[in-house]
Formats: sequence, C-alpha cells, structure tokens
Amino acid sequence: MQRQRPELPSSDKRWKLVNATMRRNGYAEHALIEALHSVQDAFGFLDTEAMTFVADSLDLPLSKVYGVATFYHLFMLKPQGRHTCVVCTGTACYIKGAGALIEGIEQRFGVNPGETTDDKALSVMTARCVGACGLAPAVVLDGNVIGKLGTDKLVERIEQEAAE
Amino acid sequence: MNVDDLEIMAEGYRAENADVEHEIRVCMAASCQSSGAQPVLDALTAACDTKGGTCRVKGVGCMGLCSAGPLVTVGERDAELADSTIYRDVTADDAHDILASVDTAPVARLQCPNDLPFFSRQKKIVLEHAGVVDPDSFKGYVAVGGYRAMVQALSEMTPADVIAEITTSGLRGRGGGGYPTGLKWSTVAKMPGEQKYVICNADEGDPGAFMDRAILESDPHRVLEGMAIAAYAIGADKGYIYVRAEYPLAVERLKNAIRKAKRQGFLGHHICETQFNFDVEIRLGAGAFVCGEETALMASIEGGRGQPRPRPPYPAESGLFGRPTLINNVETYANVAPIVSEGGDWFASIGTERSAGTKVFALAGTIENTGLIEVPMGTTLRDIIEVIGGGIPDGKAFKAVQTGGPSGGCVPADHLDIPVDYDSLKTLGTMMGSGGMIVMDETSSMVDVARFFMEFCMDESCGKCVPCRTGTQQMHALLDKIAKSEASHSDLALLEELCEVVQATSLCGLGQTAPNPVMSTLRYFRDEYEEKLGR
Repeated sequence: MQRQRPELPSSDKRWKLVNATMRRNGYAEHALIEALHSVQDAFGFLDTEAMTFVADSLDLPLSKVYGVATFYHLFMLKPQGRHTCVVCTGTACYIKGAGALIEGIEQRFGVNPGETTDDKALSVMTARCVGACGLAPAVVLDGNVIGKLGTDKLVERIEQEAAE
Repeated sequence: MNVDDLEIMAEGYRAENADVEHEIRVCMAASCQSSGAQPVLDALTAACDTKGGTCRVKGVGCMGLCSAGPLVTVGERDAELADSTIYRDVTADDAHDILASVDTAPVARLQCPNDLPFFSRQKKIVLEHAGVVDPDSFKGYVAVGGYRAMVQALSEMTPADVIAEITTSGLRGRGGGGYPTGLKWSTVAKMPGEQKYVICNADEGDPGAFMDRAILESDPHRVLEGMAIAAYAIGADKGYIYVRAEYPLAVERLKNAIRKAKRQGFLGHHICETQFNFDVEIRLGAGAFVCGEETALMASIEGGRGQPRPRPPYPAESGLFGRPTLINNVETYANVAPIVSEGGDWFASIGTERSAGTKVFALAGTIENTGLIEVPMGTTLRDIIEVIGGGIPDGKAFKAVQTGGPSGGCVPADHLDIPVDYDSLKTLGTMMGSGGMIVMDETSSMVDVARFFMEFCMDESCGKCVPCRTGTQQMHALLDKIAKSEASHSDLALLEELCEVVQATSLCGLGQTAPNPVMSTLRYFRDEYEEKLGR
C-alpha cells in the first residue's frame, strides 16, 4: 500500500521546491541530504518544522534527520543575517593571515565565527578552504570570493556591502 | 559509432570555426573569476563584436598562474599555450588595447613571458585542455579529440582489454593512497552481481588543495569520459560524482556537461549506438572533511551521516547500497582517456618506475607563483618550488613545504632534492596526498602549523571511534599548551605517546594520519618545540 505523504506545511511555494526534490528521488531514504540542501537553498536554514516535514515525507525518524543536519557543517539550524561573510581558514589562508581577518571583524562588528550581529545584518562563518589559495587570505562575502585583502580593506568592504 | 565517425563529427565542429584566425582566451575558472574575469570577458566580447573580423573571444578553464589573474591569452586558433601571448592582471579597460594588438606587437605592460619556467617546465596530460577548451562546450571538447578514447573502448576493446591497458600504464590512485588503479578495476570487475557502481570522489577536502576543482571547472567532459570508460570496464551502468557544495562553479559546469553529453548520446542509454548504458548523477557534499574517506563518502551518498565503517569488506566487494563499487578520484579519471588512446606503455614511460605519469599540484602559501601545475612524477621538490614556483617572495628564506594536507607532513630545506613520487615522500614521513603543497617561509612557527592541523582534525573528527574523537582533542590541548610556552617536558613526552596510540588504533584514515603533521614537525623541527618548553 502506498504510504500517505504529509501535506505541505503551509501554502508557501518554497515547500513545493523541497517536495519536488524528494519526489524526483522517489522519496527514498538516500534523498535526505539532497532534501536538506533544497530546504536550505529555499529558506536559508533548517528549522524543526522543515526537518519534521522532511522526516515524515521520507518516512525517517526525526532523530535521523536531526543527526544528519547537525553532522554536516554546511547546514544551518538558525536563520542567518542579511549578509554573510565566510573567512577561509584553509592552510594557505592561515599562513597568510586569516586569523587577523577574524580578529578584525570581531573588533569592528562584535561577532565571532558562527554568530550573527544583533541587528541581523551580518553573519560571520569560517570555511575549511574554499579552494582560492591563489587569493589567500580569501573571504566569501555574500557568495562572492574576494581575496588578498588586509583587515582594514575587508572591514570597509563589509560595511559597504551592509549599507546597500 | 566508431572512431572514424567521431573524427568526422569532430572535423565538422572544427569547420564551424574555420574562418577564425585569432583566438582570445579568458580564464574563467573560480580564481580568475574572483579577480574579475567576467567583466574582462564581457569587454573583450563587446570590443570584438564591434570590430568584427576574424577574431574570437572564448571563456576557458584554468591556465595555472592563479596569483596573476585574470589571465588572458592571444594566439592563433587552437594554438597551444606555449605559442600564445599571455597577459596577466587584465582589467576590462585593457580590452581595446588587447584587441588592437592582435595583428601587431603584444601589449607590453600586461605581458607575462610565456617562456617562464612556470609554463615551460610543466608537462600536461590531465590539464592538457585546461585553458584551451571552453568547459561549457561539448563541441569544443570533441573538436580536440574528446570522447575518442570512450568510442574506441566501446567499439574496439573488450572490458578486459581496457583493464589490461590501465594496468600496463602503472596508473596509481591520485587521491593520495596511490593504490594501483588497474588492480582496483579488475577486482571490481571480477565481483559477481548485476548491479555495480562507479563513484568519482570530488570531495576535495584538504585545505590548500584545489586540483580537482580546477579539473572539473576546466574540462568536465574529460572526467565523465574517464568514468564512462571505467563503468564499461567493470560492468556498471550507474555513476555518482560526490562533489563539495563549496565548489558551485564546478558543480554548475559538471551539470551542464552531463546534460549535453546525454543529449548527444554520449551518456545515458545505448551510448554511441552500442549496448552500453551509463548514467551519472551528482551528489553534493555538505561540508564534512571525513567524507573524502571512501566508506564515509558512500554513507553520505546513501543519505546518512558521513561516518566511516571498518574495512573489509572493501567497496569493491560491498560498497554503495551494498553493491560492488569502484571509487576513484577526479584526477585518476582524468588520466584514463589518454591512457586508452595513447596506450599504457606510453603512460608508463612518463614519470618514475613505480609512479607513472604526471601529478597535478596546487602551489600555495608564501611562494612567488601561486597556482596549479602539472609535472612528471619524480620531479624534485626543489624544481617545483624554486624553479617552477619561483621561490619565496620578499627575500625571505624557505623553511618547509607541507604536502598531503592534514594527513601529511612538512619537508625541510635539506630534503628538497628528493624526487616527488608516492614512495620517496613516505620515507620522509609525509605523503603525496592529493597534491596540495603549502610553502612556508622562515616566519612560520612549526608548532603553530602542527596545532593548526590538529585543530582541523579535531573539528573534522566524525566522533565514531574514541582514539580519534578524544585523542585529537587531547593532542590539540597539549599543542596549545606548548605553543603558549606553558608546557613541560613530560607534556611533550605525552604528546608523542598519544601520536602513536591514535595512529595505531583509529578506525579510518582521518584518525590514523591525524598525528602525521605533529610527528613530522617533531622529526625535523624538534628544537622549536623544545624552545617553548619551560622548567
């Protein structure tokens, strides 16, 4: 007997995208990570509602979904700020001063990696090598890789970006 | 379809560009794009459209010298890099000057000599199309001889012939382990069972390594062709490419290449009108270093946490979804097509006796020429760093080169004359790894470097086995204590003991190799540790 799929959590069209990803994979268990990627692409993070929906759709215990969501660094369980700044802390960037960039951001904006400013303007994260070692130290600001910047220049760029 | 039919097809594609005399190529790989290659491409295209004529502007893959990007080359149609003019640090404002110079003398202020050792000392097999073909063009790949090896394998060779050729070539796994590829293929081919899988490991996690990303961004069809040949050889009809989500451009180009190859009948059902079927799917990683380990990678494709499991059974016997599975890395697959077309003996004649072929390395850190290079196995570290890499900038002294990422070690100055191959590097207490090389000058503290890698392993430990989960934390705490000059001699002795325990008792490669950076820095730079010890 065909198992009943759960209803979409709301009329928000983004749920249809998530559902389509799971349908394309035949609601199989191995679609879990793909489904979580699709939730994060659509909503920016994974909340309990989304994880419950995915768990019910794929007929998995919520604990398994939560376990996978927290295992991988890329999945966010909290909403992110309007802008994101990912500082690469790979070896080449480390050698070329990624630590100073993180300190500079902390001093100016008061946030450490993994945190978001109180006004929800900026989230700061670190990444284990974005593969832009030629541009070390590299930073991914709102999806764009920028490199070879000193701390002052970087802080300036973030301020510009945040003002827009 | 046979090889002659494909050649007619390629001839047709080449004829479409017969009226092109000059080609301006713009590097559109991730690093140059980050330095502003898109506006350069747009400006050159616009300038070329208004001027018209017999000039063509083309976006291509990685040209190698990432630190000088955006890179642009100007040459005759289908010219090799060596016969082209190379421009560095190009901006959109330079477009007119470059276009105007096509028939006359090059623009001197932008020129980067193409006889630099960085370019002339390389030998390109894996990267032969990088910086030459448009990665988004199926026709472009076929025009330079692409898919010829696959068609040849399907129409003229049995699966056993293909495996024999790979075995003769002496190709070894380029992901770092160095396991003989031919042996791996024949093991999976011999396994019983209807359903088998081919997996491409593109979860390039070593910090400071970007070889696989560059290959995927520059020549994605080459990897697909290698996978299809492997699938034919072992009897699989389904493949997965597990690629890092941090590489959006590589993912986009791969998707595009898969779509186009399917539409042209080079992937999917009845490939090139034969009985062979092969479908490829992309699976995105989600930021877990341990997923580069093959059993963890398969657990991740199956939708679970990327935790390794004990081997045996090896993936060849019981892999993805419990079926026989072949896992190779991107660069390994990229070597397959030339081996099939040129023959295993040709490949075996390059490199050293026990490490055949070439290796792609990512040069980074404090070195003049940061970027991507491909050299024959057996090239010395000194050649790579001082000649090709251009040495250390700002007149500083070389201290060490780190190879093999968090699983590798540091090689000091007095061992630079060692030839780079799988076995020589092992004798120095490091390993080939996937190909990242981080150069450090005299200002780097080796204790700091060891602590950096230990922090990495501690963060990335999956938590399944105790030695790795707890051991990395304890080792990191000890290293931190030493780095802050708060440690005693007994702390150092404890650290060394822990290194041995974690190495001997961890479940997978991540834990077993996590102590390597500590052990290798202790071997060559023990004085730096001891200087920091009190009492």
